[in-house]
Amino acid sequence: MCCGKTMTPVTAFAKPSRGQNWLPLLERATQEVFEIMLGCQVTRAEPSEPKVPGGFTAIVGLAGALCGVVTVCCGAKTAGQIAKAMLGDTADSAGQAVDALGEMCNMIAGNFKNKLTGTDERCMLSVPSVISGGEYRFHSLAQGNSMETVVLFEDAPVSIRLQLQN
Amino acid sequence: MDKITALIVDDSSVMRKIVERSLRQAGIELEKVVEASNGAEALTALQSNVVDLILCDINMPVMDGLEFVRQAAKLEKAKGIPIVMITTEGSESHVVQALTAGARGYIRKPFTPDQVKEHVLPVLGKKQ
Amino acid sequence: MTTDTSLVTRSHEENWLPIIELAVEEVFEMMVGCRVKVAAQSENKPNEEFTAMVGLAGALCGILAVCCDAKTAGEIAKRMLGDTADSQEQVADALGEICNMIAGNFKNKLSGSGDRCMLSVPTVISGGEYSFHSLADGTCLETVLLFEGAPIAVRLQLES
Repeated sequence: MCCGKTMTPVTAFAKPSRGQNWLPLLERATQEVFEIMLGCQVTRAEPSEPKVPGGFTAIVGLAGALCGVVTVCCGAKTAGQIAKAMLGDTADSAGQAVDALGEMCNMIAGNFKNKLTGTDERCMLSVPSVISGGEYRFHSLAQGNSMETVVLFEDAPVSIRLQLQN
Repeated sequence: MDKITALIVDDSSVMRKIVERSLRQAGIELEKVVEASNGAEALTALQSNVVDLILCDINMPVMDGLEFVRQAAKLEKAKGIPIVMITTEGSESHVVQALTAGARGYIRKPFTPDQVKEHVLPVLGKKQ
Repeated sequence: MTTDTSLVTRSHEENWLPIIELAVEEVFEMMVGCRVKVAAQSENKPNEEFTAMVGLAGALCGILAVCCDAKTAGEIAKRMLGDTADSQEQVADALGEICNMIAGNFKNKLSGSGDRCMLSVPTVISGGEYSFHSLADGTCLETVLLFEGAPIAVRLQLES
């Protein structure tokens, strides 16, 4: 992490890494939200699928027993399709795409944390934010486990990532 | 004043640099700085370094600061080494937990070099 | 006789702007080593090339964001880390830590609700072309401060 000074590797004092078995929970939480809210089954895609540059990134913070961030990332067209699926054909504005993606992220994060035994009441969600644009980079200061699942919605990739601080 | 070896424990490399700088600005001469990005690394560092002072964050992955203080209390090599917490967590319960676990001081971020001096010099046994 | 507590709550939050400003001033003074001052209403807002944000959850639910242009973010990082702050990642880390400390300092100044509010991990967005939207539908407090003459916007957006 930091060079030029004495750094030491982790030894037997370390707790087993948290979150090692959480990827299936994240995948299931994602699939359930798409199925219940959008009425569609999504299939898992490989994370190496080319990602659409720019687009939309929704972010929800986790605080308390779990500290981290959940992000949902997709192209602008896909965000619009998600909004239409949630809100009907009247959903035609960028603002509604933002709201819809933010809500999806919120629900995936909430559904995921509900699946973790013992953390539900002790982990809370912040309010969602959404970044949209043609060119931006996203950098989280989370230093713990990070996991990603990519699903295909109307043949376009939607990336869901959990980055943990602890 | 004798030079000391400080162990700085924080998962943020930015904060580790700032803590080191603040120690120097507080007039504390550093022979060596040992860094660890979590409590587990810090415990390992204590096995192979002679350390005079530990400055430790609370919220860290793998092993947090409070658990580190509890574990360090059981380590022969850590006996007598003062631990001062430096953290964003400002609630009274966190302060109480840290001090109960064995920390000798508690500095809330943000902090000035004067605050570092105020909390660190007494535990090093130095006059301000 | 009933009391409309919603008005009390709203005006309570609207009084938080000076607390946010003080929290920002303290963090910059202590951690960056320089004074920032609240900008006049007529001052320009920053070109948002870096946005650091941290989520608040619990008794307070919202987002605190710190925005500035790339040059200002770089200057802040240099002040914090010295001349070794030369990568995009270090600049993002530095701004993320500043945002984290402002949020923590702010919530520590609130009596009561601050203790029951926790912070998520900071995230930083950087780039030439993006818009930031929060889904918070409650109070939004914004202040612009000047760091060496350059504007930095600090925004607290709360869920109602």
